[in-house]
Amino acid sequence: MEIKNFVWRALLLCMALLTALPILAVFAYVFVPSAEVWEHLAATVLSDYLLNTLYLSLGVGIGVLLLGVPLAWLCSMCEFPGRAWFEWLLLLPLAMPAYIIAYTYTGMLDFAGPVQTSLRELTGWGYGDYWFPNIRSLTGAILMLALVLFPYVYLLARAAFLEQSICVLEVSRTLGCNQWQSFFRVALPLARPAIITGLSLALMETLADFGTVQYFGVTTFTTGIFRTWYGLGDHAAASQLAALLMSFVFILLLLEQASRRRARYYHSSSKYAQIKRIPLKAWQAWWAVFFCSLTLLLGFIVPVTQLTSWSIANWRTQIDSSFLTLIQHSLGLAMAAAVFALILALILGYGKRLSPSPLVSLAARLASMGYAIPGTVIAIGVLIPFAWLDTQLNYLSQSLFNSKLGLLFSGSLFILLFAYNVRFLAVSLQTVEAGLGKIKPTLDNAGRSLGLSPSAVLWKLHMPLMKGSLLTAILLVFVDVLKELPATLILRPFNFNTLAVRTYELASDERLAEAGLPALMIVATGIIPVILLSRSISRSRAGGSL
Amino acid sequence: MSQLMLSQVEICYGNTTAVHAVDITVEQGQIACLLGPSGCGKTTLLRAIAGFERLSQGSINLNGQVISTPQSTLATEQRNIGMVFQDYALFPHLSIADNIRFGIRKQPTKAQQQRVKELLELVSLPGYEQRYPHELSGGQQQRIALARALAPKPALLLLDEPFGSQDTELRESLAREVREILKQEGITALLVTHDQHEAFAMADEIGVLQAGRLQQWGSAYELYYQPQNAFVASFIGQGSLIAGQIIDATQVETYLEPLGYTTPAALHSDKVTVLIRPEHVQLSRQTDASALITSKIFRGNEYLYTLELANQEQLLALCSSEQIYAIGEKVAVNLAERIYAVVNREVN
Repeated sequence: MEIKNFVWRALLLCMALLTALPILAVFAYVFVPSAEVWEHLAATVLSDYLLNTLYLSLGVGIGVLLLGVPLAWLCSMCEFPGRAWFEWLLLLPLAMPAYIIAYTYTGMLDFAGPVQTSLRELTGWGYGDYWFPNIRSLTGAILMLALVLFPYVYLLARAAFLEQSICVLEVSRTLGCNQWQSFFRVALPLARPAIITGLSLALMETLADFGTVQYFGVTTFTTGIFRTWYGLGDHAAASQLAALLMSFVFILLLLEQASRRRARYYHSSSKYAQIKRIPLKAWQAWWAVFFCSLTLLLGFIVPVTQLTSWSIANWRTQIDSSFLTLIQHSLGLAMAAAVFALILALILGYGKRLSPSPLVSLAARLASMGYAIPGTVIAIGVLIPFAWLDTQLNYLSQSLFNSKLGLLFSGSLFILLFAYNVRFLAVSLQTVEAGLGKIKPTLDNAGRSLGLSPSAVLWKLHMPLMKGSLLTAILLVFVDVLKELPATLILRPFNFNTLAVRTYELASDERLAEAGLPALMIVATGIIPVILLSRSISRSRAGGSL
Repeated sequence: MSQLMLSQVEICYGNTTAVHAVDITVEQGQIACLLGPSGCGKTTLLRAIAGFERLSQGSINLNGQVISTPQSTLATEQRNIGMVFQDYALFPHLSIADNIRFGIRKQPTKAQQQRVKELLELVSLPGYEQRYPHELSGGQQQRIALARALAPKPALLLLDEPFGSQDTELRESLAREVREILKQEGITALLVTHDQHEAFAMADEIGVLQAGRLQQWGSAYELYYQPQNAFVASFIGQGSLIAGQIIDATQVETYLEPLGYTTPAALHSDKVTVLIRPEHVQLSRQTDASALITSKIFRGNEYLYTLELANQEQLLALCSSEQIYAIGEKVAVNLAERIYAVVNREVN
């Protein structure tokens, strides 16, 4: 037993350290001098990176709050026509990667796009006769990101409003608050930790965004890292930028963890009563419907319609053998990464259950930190150690066998799978742990007392009970990998393309209409987890009524 | 003067009527209680008084002012009604002082502080101003919830199962404590509970509610010894209901012996049910004994026996622990009391 425990713990710790490797590699470079390039950066673009990243985060933060919180309140506490539909439809923008919505709106709003064209037709204006807002700007990037990231705040705020003891709101009524005062004095402060959690998740995505800002020409840390790594070829300076970005991420991570802890205290009741929604009066109800539909239209329906029309116009010329290879690559890669992540998550999850200790918990925490780290940072974080390893191996084989092995790790799919696992292990670990958590330890004991061996307990009890969670874990990672852009872009082997990369390349070449089909396919797969999410929401509703 | 008056109150949810034609009057300074099994409509009634539910018939009158009719419902926040919930519903983001201050936030700060201090002393938690709800035990949270509801000096205090989340052993003593606080403040209160011990310990008068109808309104003593119908007879306390036949204005014939009776309610026929409390049943060993002991429960100072009479009727008997009978033994039954409560045969 002692040795078994030791082996478990060693294994878990190794896994955790491997997952933390990219972060360690990035921070290790902080101490490597790269004076010239760094000075050049500091003198020229560093303040741009800083300010743009700051403005972007600030803008997106305000945007997701202004959209997410009111929508959550309307959908959880008020009654108006179509509320039950909006409640889950408003999750759909989550299926839309920010870079795709950015390409779509650019295509729609630029000079040759349908909006400006019809404007000219209507008014008879020509080029230069009128002013039209440029979507490819910092403001544009803020709008795009806010439109697809607000569901994080919406989702968590909504859950918080629903979880609040209805008695707390009623008690504030008996103490002289009307409905709106109750909202601002009680409901909103109680939901604050959840809202902050949602906000920090949205901001982590904002910091991680590469596709949108790159396309809009907004120079932020992610584009800066990319440029310094490839354009200037200075790995140390790129790593130092990455380390700087990481410190912002860590602040968000701390904020998120702290507000999750705080939320526990804010959990006000164990007794749930059916929520009596406030029926909105005629004009209020119309405003609510208008607000919900506008958000849904801009965040999902309009871009999807545009993508669909592009796809219909172009599919004949696009679907050929290279396109099929593209799909094959994307699906195969995503599936492999998802299965790989599931296996790791199972090992970590079971390790935590079977041999719980502070060390194991720490290992699991460390291993699941990757979800906060931007793909660009992970990419260079894995490239640094594996490129070094390849160089050493080649040096060795050169001297021993007088032949080169090539880029065994850093030039193959291995490094891509590794990076995906660093980034998305948290997703599958969380799902697996939630599934395991639902199986009470007494059930294991009951199984053992009825003559099952430990492995039989696993196969006969846990597997059937966890089937749903395992499938969900695979699905979630699958979709995330399919959408992932910056890490794939940096780490893919030569000539290896995926849907996301192809969309990026076509859009960068200003062939937006052709980017429609691969983009639409990514969005379509992205809808699957949204449906899963909305199903689990409707289930939690059913339990919500006493 | 009556502080709270409900007349012919009816409350509907869609097609189901949760409360039927209820009349209640509570005098100034009295503590009243609505007692009934879960789903009887008592919480609905309480919520209607608080202004959370709309009436479909009747009216509610508080302190001489009509506050609810089917046509209009005065908003909760304008009723001057305090409420204590089963889960206390303290605001977790506010300190204890801010929780108590919540209802009197428009008063001058000095007055607020004074009132907070006064109330914390009243509920025996002085010096707790800066604590937070999650740092308090369940019983302490409950007392703070009470203090918070009392702060604005409400015209009426409503308590919704206020001791429901406490241990059974604690409930009675807590109820007595709360009663003393309310009496000290001269508060008119209405309590809702399903636990009769809680009701007995706390209330001056009690209304028994079943299936949305008020079955009886009276003191605990009246409910126990003079139930108006079979439901109240079986819901309050322990006892046995046996068949009876009215002989004349003072006597009712039963299988055991003719008994004296009170007729509190209108009797529909001369075939009735007689309530016999276990403490009135005396057992003895006799040769021609016919009642069979089928089970017994040790209650400390007493044994509770279940008997089966020769006509298959069941009877409960409470005997001191010194009198011991065995299961299967046959005993003679003698009734100690002269007057018994008689109710209609059918349970409505």
